[in-house]
Amino acid sequence: MQTTIKPALILLLCLTALTGVVYPLLVTLSAQLLFPTQANGSLLGSDEKPLGSELIGQAFSRPEYFWGRPSATSPIPYNGGASSGSNQGPINPALIDAVQARIKALRDADPSHSEAVPADLVTASASGLDPHISPAAAVYQINRVAIARHLSPDSVRELVDRYTQTRQWGVLGEPRVNVLKLNLALDQRLK
Amino acid sequence: MTANGLFQISLYFVALLLLAKPLGVYMAAVYENRPLFLKRILGPLETGFYRLSGVNPEQEMGWKGYTAALLWFNLFGGLAVFALQMLQAYLPLNPQQMPHVTVDSAFNTAVSFATNTNWQGYGGETTMSYLTQMLGLSVQNFVSAATGMAVLIAMIRGFQRTHADAIGNFWVDLTRGTLYILLPLSFVLALALVGQGVVQTFKPYQTVPLVEQVGTATENNTQTLALGPAASQIAIKQLGTNGGGFFNANSAHPFENPTPLSNFLEMLAILLIPAALCHTFGVMVGDPRQGWAILAAMTLVLISLVFVTVSLEQGGNPGLAKLGVEQSVGVGQSGGNMEGKETRFGIVNSAIWATATTAASNGSVNSMHDSYTPLGGLVPMWLIQLGEVIFGGVGSGLYGMLIFALIAVFVAGLMIGRTPEYLGKKIEAFEVKMAAIVILIPAFFILGGTALAVMLEAGKTAVANPGAHGFSEILYAFSSAAGNNGSAFAGLSANSPFYNIALATAMLVGRYGIIVPVLAIAGSLAAKKTVPTTVGTLPTHTPLFVMLLIGTVLLVGALTFVPALALGPVVEHLIMVAAKS
Repeated sequence: MQTTIKPALILLLCLTALTGVVYPLLVTLSAQLLFPTQANGSLLGSDEKPLGSELIGQAFSRPEYFWGRPSATSPIPYNGGASSGSNQGPINPALIDAVQARIKALRDADPSHSEAVPADLVTASASGLDPHISPAAAVYQINRVAIARHLSPDSVRELVDRYTQTRQWGVLGEPRVNVLKLNLALDQRLK
Repeated sequence: MTANGLFQISLYFVALLLLAKPLGVYMAAVYENRPLFLKRILGPLETGFYRLSGVNPEQEMGWKGYTAALLWFNLFGGLAVFALQMLQAYLPLNPQQMPHVTVDSAFNTAVSFATNTNWQGYGGETTMSYLTQMLGLSVQNFVSAATGMAVLIAMIRGFQRTHADAIGNFWVDLTRGTLYILLPLSFVLALALVGQGVVQTFKPYQTVPLVEQVGTATENNTQTLALGPAASQIAIKQLGTNGGGFFNANSAHPFENPTPLSNFLEMLAILLIPAALCHTFGVMVGDPRQGWAILAAMTLVLISLVFVTVSLEQGGNPGLAKLGVEQSVGVGQSGGNMEGKETRFGIVNSAIWATATTAASNGSVNSMHDSYTPLGGLVPMWLIQLGEVIFGGVGSGLYGMLIFALIAVFVAGLMIGRTPEYLGKKIEAFEVKMAAIVILIPAFFILGGTALAVMLEAGKTAVANPGAHGFSEILYAFSSAAGNNGSAFAGLSANSPFYNIALATAMLVGRYGIIVPVLAIAGSLAAKKTVPTTVGTLPTHTPLFVMLLIGTVLLVGALTFVPALALGPVVEHLIMVAAKS
């Protein structure tokens, strides 16, 4: 038995040193050297005064901003320290009520609008931190934002178009709009 | 399905099958100790490890010795993870000052990572220090994967050898798998992921101001961004079919999976090694067609189910359609059932991932399975219940599938009245008994565990969704644990003493209750002579055998689990459809 226990313990230590210390340190070193911005959270703005992360959404509820996906994180939406989805099942009454309330909030903010709402704008994202909405969900909100900001819908549409990303390499994923960047651009805080 | 959707699915499978072949051949070279380029760099490390631990790499073990070595190593690994969680408050690299983890949760997590399940009752960014993630969880991600691969290689040696009493040296298989396969692949993948935006830093969590300022209290006006050395762990959690997320939302978290390209790479990593091992098997038994046959069976089942899941999720939720939600796919949106899915992945990439991660025993997620349509969620659950043999875990998927191959030749042998053979070995009473144990153990713990949980108050109160869906949450949890998958219908509040202990038990038995009989079969096969192929031998590389194998897997899986599935997802589906009209 001793001939089994000793190698088990020592090999575990060796492999721990290699895969648990050397490997992550080597990856960190290379990452900080090759991709310092990405490795530290893809922050917008300067290091001293970051404006947020390009990859992490923020909560918006005022009419002059584009709204992102509903977020199920607690205790506040878009809690970057505790990601979570809603985990509500498809026929859960709580889900139906929540979606109904979200549609009502959108309609109340822009009563002239009566079209069907794009699905992603009224359903909670998986992470609760989704930085994107679909282009359709952005277009849906153009009128509201334009009125609240006393801008022409066309100038807002132009901005939406500028912040619409196509599929990566034209193939992968889905077209999307980064809500935080779009709103920062509206506030003219993004170069 | 859109043309682009079809193209993304095709691209995924083409890339997977193209990469699997060279990697499979390479892995065969690793385990057969042929000369490798990497050995020139890492070779001294390998010899150094053996010298330090007093291992003679030339000295092989019988199946009992191999099993004992494996169990002791996994025991110590689990204990290390447990200790790190209990002591993390006093250890360095804990910038968020995480307190120690509760005893039952620490036990569950230790078992979970040692058994390659990576079920998570905790949320990573709110529970674990950087040190625990690195030194405990990352390490087990590597060695639990290498353990599964070692068992597979030992089993293959059972087919290779005649009149032999040894099936290899566990320490050598473990070390080589880690050093020459998992480590280099992880390093490359980790850096590619950082390039896409996955974080890799030891800095404490970052605070940023909110663009839309609310209230007056300062805490309301900032956002905390969880950071950490994530990429290095995410690379191996995908490659080693581990699946335990660095963050709570797993690969749905934008810091864990930021772009469609990172998503593609992570999805590829889920199935890469399990697919490649089929080729390793073919090369090592001296007949590549045998590997192709197994890979074909796995691929056919998976592709069919990917199409099922994509179309079910694209169909959307009729309950929302009634409210005036646009769920049809259009130019500006992917539509479909978007609750619990990320915009950048949409329906297609969420559904491919959900199917792949449960076909393999990976268990990482990029969307929340709990919010899938009833039948869309049934597919991942059933894939786990099939025994994690459609690709399955690294090593464990293929040794599970080879057990089904033994059952398939046994059934075929019964039909034609001949002693069944597989790869020149007679399959006799001992092998069939052991194979039956392998198939019955997970089924017993999935159904028994679910039954126990729904009878106990402690089991029922954890449920998040009312009605049939709540039952599905419990059934999924025990399937995931016993199948060593690790994904969840995550609404279930499983971080309670009852679930932590019950699921840990299912994980332990679901792992070692299978490894031990598999190694016993390996030992028994190695001792046998090889019988020559005659005209009466059932060829096991033909389309006929592929169909027979698929039939065996699906039939066993369907017969065992359809009654339970009828009570959960099927009832829920019927309610959903009835409410539509």
